[in-house]
Amino acid sequence: MNPILTVATKEFRDDFRNRWTVALTILFALLALGIAWFGSAAAGRVGFTSFDATLASLTTLGAFVIPLIGLLIAYDTIVGERDDGTLLLMLSYPLARGQLVAGKFLGHCGALAVATLAGFGLAVAIMQWMQPAAQMAQAWLQIGRFIVSASLLGACFVGLACLISVQTADKARAAGLALIGWLATVVLFDLALLALLVVSGGTAFERAVYPYLLLLNPVDVFRLVNLTALGEGAGNDLLTGMTAHHNYSPTLLCLALLAWAVAPFAWAMLAFRRKEI
Amino acid sequence: MNHAIELDTLAKHYGALAALDGVSARVPRGQVIGLLGHNGAGKSTLIKLILGLIAPSGGRLQVLGQPPWRAHALRRRIGYLPESATFYANLTGRELLDYLARLKQAPRAQVSALLERVGLAHAADRRIGTYSKGMRQRVGLAQALLGSPELVLLDEPTTGLDPQATRELYRIVGELRADGRCVLVSSHLLAELEPHIDGALILRQGRLLAAGSLHALGEQAALPAQVLLRPREQAAPELIARLQTGGLSARARPDGRLELDVPRASKLRVLRELLADPAVADLDVREPTLAQLYDWLGAGPQSTAQVIA
Repeated sequence: MNPILTVATKEFRDDFRNRWTVALTILFALLALGIAWFGSAAAGRVGFTSFDATLASLTTLGAFVIPLIGLLIAYDTIVGERDDGTLLLMLSYPLARGQLVAGKFLGHCGALAVATLAGFGLAVAIMQWMQPAAQMAQAWLQIGRFIVSASLLGACFVGLACLISVQTADKARAAGLALIGWLATVVLFDLALLALLVVSGGTAFERAVYPYLLLLNPVDVFRLVNLTALGEGAGNDLLTGMTAHHNYSPTLLCLALLAWAVAPFAWAMLAFRRKEI
Repeated sequence: MNHAIELDTLAKHYGALAALDGVSARVPRGQVIGLLGHNGAGKSTLIKLILGLIAPSGGRLQVLGQPPWRAHALRRRIGYLPESATFYANLTGRELLDYLARLKQAPRAQVSALLERVGLAHAADRRIGTYSKGMRQRVGLAQALLGSPELVLLDEPTTGLDPQATRELYRIVGELRADGRCVLVSSHLLAELEPHIDGALILRQGRLLAAGSLHALGEQAALPAQVLLRPREQAAPELIARLQTGGLSARARPDGRLELDVPRASKLRVLRELLADPAVADLDVREPTLAQLYDWLGAGPQSTAQVIA
């Protein structure tokens, strides 16, 4: 077996063994069902109502949760081996450093993708079972897009975690940096953009630059991929409010998300190749 | 190709620090060689260079006939036991070896045989997290032997092993030697190591102090043999005086014996005289130990005059 696949299989199995995959599946399913059921509670009713509104809420929540999980699942993937004394052992085997990082990245991404598919897929299946009359064909397409984009977002943050893990000297620092990375991408980036928007005050900036600045953050790209596919309204106010004047090309958004899924991992591979062991 | 490892003026620098500086030596196949030196002597750096994990800053290094830097396929022919690795606590011994056998493309049938060979067959399906330190070292030794490597690097292999497990480990090392493999053992436990090695590479502060067979090193260092004498009753003062006349200074030991250092060149002559001496009731001869050789090398000035290579 190719060494990358051997390492990936081991990491994937480890995530199952450590209950990561099962816990995430349950978490995702509960989040999806909870949002779907209680999403309209503010309007005085509970139960499965608008699927678009559910998906918009899920996207907002996923944008917070999935990066955190991607970072948590993989922040110690290299630095942990160094702490345990197994990194030298692994590197004494006939595999290139890049292959070790690639195997770990693919294994964790695989586990996260399986949890995303199983968790959200299960939730949608339950919604369909509870409400057979709903127009689920469209829903399956949207949830499919959501699952794939969530998996790519997960891959981006697993890659970022690998990069942190390669560059840090111990697990504690890696955990700290992972949290800073999460805060920067999920909270601070959007705040900074909003501040820019307010300070610039002009529509020229809003039209010409702002929509593309959003592409610099994988979390925003994930939001755009899912929310632009939904209709106006549908609990979609945040996005439509911020990017009302720009029509994003779906291809551009998909390419941006794909690039984000690969870039941090590629950087991690290069960094690890140059690292003094 | 008679040498497993060849080093020619090998150097490794980290900025201004010379972790290895101009080391030249040959490590023959079919021998067990001790890699000795204090902490910071350059042993770990040399092991990483041999494994191809770091690039030399200068000089030439050949391992099993090729430069090891980033030679991934070469590592299939090398086994390595790292110092105090915990391995993967959540895997069983068998799962660990299965995983590593796949990475090394070694026959999977070796896994059970190796677990048996290191005495871990009974615990093969237990998680490594439940293993004692000695058991972890044994599973580490088993993985180092995956793929029947031509060169085996053991870094402090007996740490945490009880005396019986230590004997077992050196029995396996002996089998590897008999099988024509080269084994490089890094250890601080010189007395324990000495009976099992054919030669040594001794490093200090990145420089090679000595390299060669233990016999040759002993000859070249010309350390004196130690002779312990049991004098007949009341004969000790007279014996000490006589030895002093012959240029040998004897020291009295608490057990009543006399201890004297006899230069190698005059050893046989002195022993003949002592055997014929009626004042001597019994005698023992102790050859210089590896530890004494190591101390002698380590204690001396850092001049090249002290270097044996």
